[in-house]
Amino acid sequence: MSILVVAEHDNRELKPATLNAVTCAMEIASYLENPAIHLLVAGHDCAAVANAGAAIAGMGKVIQTDAAFLAQQLPENMAPLLRELAGDYSHILAPASTTGKNFMPRLAALLDVAQISDVSAVESADTFVRPIYAGNALATVQSSDQVKVITVRSTAFDTAETDSDRVPITSFEFCLEQDLSRFVSENLSVSERPELTSASVVISGGRGMQNGENFMMLEKIADKLNAAVGASRAAVDAGFVPNDMQVGQTGKIVAPDLYIAVGISGAIQHLAGMKDSKVIVAINKDAEAPIFQVADFGLVADLFKALPELEQAL
Amino acid sequence: MKILVAVKRVLDANVKVRVKADGSGMELANAKMAMNPFCEIAVEQAVRMKEAGQAEEIIAVSMGPEACQEQLRTALALGCDRGILVTADGEIAPLQVAKMLRELVEREGAGLVILGKQSIDSDNNQVGQMLAALAGMGQGTFACGAELADGRILVTREIDGGEQTVSLELPAVVTTDLRLNEPRYASLPNIMKAKRKPVEQLTPVDLNVEMDSNLKTLRVSPPAERAAGIVVQSVEELVGKLRNEARVI
Ligand SMILES: Cc1cc2nc3c(=O)[nH]c(=O)nc-3n(C[C@H](O)[C@H](O)[C@H](O)COP(=O)(O)OP(=O)(O)OC[C@H]3O[C@@H](n4cnc5c(N)ncnc54)[C@H](O)[C@@H]3O)c2cc1C
Ligand SMILES: Nc1ncnc2c1ncn2[C@@H]1O[C@H](COP(=O)(O)O)[C@@H](O)[C@H]1O
Repeated sequence: MSILVVAEHDNRELKPATLNAVTCAMEIASYLENPAIHLLVAGHDCAAVANAGAAIAGMGKVIQTDAAFLAQQLPENMAPLLRELAGDYSHILAPASTTGKNFMPRLAALLDVAQISDVSAVESADTFVRPIYAGNALATVQSSDQVKVITVRSTAFDTAETDSDRVPITSFEFCLEQDLSRFVSENLSVSERPELTSASVVISGGRGMQNGENFMMLEKIADKLNAAVGASRAAVDAGFVPNDMQVGQTGKIVAPDLYIAVGISGAIQHLAGMKDSKVIVAINKDAEAPIFQVADFGLVADLFKALPELEQAL
Repeated sequence: MKILVAVKRVLDANVKVRVKADGSGMELANAKMAMNPFCEIAVEQAVRMKEAGQAEEIIAVSMGPEACQEQLRTALALGCDRGILVTADGEIAPLQVAKMLRELVEREGAGLVILGKQSIDSDNNQVGQMLAALAGMGQGTFACGAELADGRILVTREIDGGEQTVSLELPAVVTTDLRLNEPRYASLPNIMKAKRKPVEQLTPVDLNVEMDSNLKTLRVSPPAERAAGIVVQSVEELVGKLRNEARVI
């Protein structure tokens, strides 16, 4: 049987989360007979993405569906497209990004199957592990559905390699007219820094930062470490920084080589988004803060003193 | 317009739970339960729309054990007009919740359905999207803004790169993110009044929904513990450790 991976992209670039989903697909494929992995690139003017996808090692082919109505990958358009393709596949995977989480359950309902969210390990072709209760537990689930619709927790899988042998790109025509939903506008953050979910170093600030201006102190350190900057929910709710910086159960899941939590207490909902980081550093003035229970290196200090020192020392 | 709001009974967000020793689930006996926080935001959104004269009636729906009455009463105290309780044992799969909601949306002729984006226990993030598919409606998930305009609804969504706004035909499905609003507390008089508001009781059979899911939980296990770390005395020591021991900078 074949596995379909849905590419995460913005019509220009293939996003790294796709490569993690491909690795998950390869793990599933190891339990299947004659498996093939296909990549779907659905978007508008997305040839560059299809080309990048064609270079992923282990791919059988790339299917490109290029149409104006797919430019934003709205779920009202993506789910019917995927339903059209689903007959050929035993598994359909997408990264558990806000895009994948939006259209995959819609697809599953159209197919009358369950959806498996945030898969973090593969036990066999039908058995998967996923975190529940904000990562306080891991559930092992088994699906008897004909098509398994899965979103993949990117941080739990390595990135697939790319090689120079390119697989063929075929185009799949799909038309749909619907007025259930229309794209109106987008307000995207622009940043020179690496993306939060794929950066190898992340430095995050919490309520302890006191205001948005103070995040400059984190930015300066991020510059030196080529790091992404994240935040706790409290920092986002207080308006210090935009919401796409939130790390946690309901924000982004990150697992960098180094995560530095500054002025963050370490609530379970925050830990859910970063506790799989390789090395965790906590800087907090309260020695009792729960963040120290997960930190490899804890520094009990006033952040307003520690951050300038850290910047100097790097 | 009628608004249907889905409220789930979950473990209170502030309670730390353990996995049962036999791996069959979580230790929930006697644990404090509450309305899923995202559902509180959904209720608040519906109440604000009614207060703004945009809706005539709000119906709160909960599915699960008899005890979901508590969360329905909370929803009624917050301003919902009546409740529907669908009693069913055990964890109900998202597809089954969505199918029952679809049936209720049809029965009630709801013009808008508001749900939380995610249950904080099962962390599925699915029901709203599935309901929208089954009911043939547009979906505005992870909403941080929702405004009725010209017979449609404008939903601003929290997405990975920032925000996105979509315009949906009504009826539509909206799922709430944390920053859509700040839920109010129920006042004592409203809690008293809520006791007299009607709650209809149904079963999955009444809604013609087969409860078997093709997704079975085989076991639940605790996550790997992180090894205890160390406390460093200075920034200098920290940088030394990161450079020479951990080698991450
Ligand atoms: C449904 C739900 C979902 C949630 N999802 C998320 C999520 O995705 N992500 C998330 O982060 N949270 C989430 N939360 C919120 C979470 O429960 C906590 O409230 C939040 O993480 C707290 O943020 P904080 O650590 O920045 O603030 P606080 O808990 O207020 O901690 C601030 C810390 O800063 C320290 N500090 C203060 N001043 C200084 C100083 N000068 N120097 C050094 N240290 C200092 C204090 O000692 C304290 O430990 C969620 C909550 C709910 C109910
Ligand atoms: N048993 C339930 N009863 C009522 N509403 C539910 C139930 N399960 C899920 N929901 C709704 O669906 C939303 C998303 O849940 P989920 O897809 O399970 O993460 C919740 O916030 C509720 O609004």
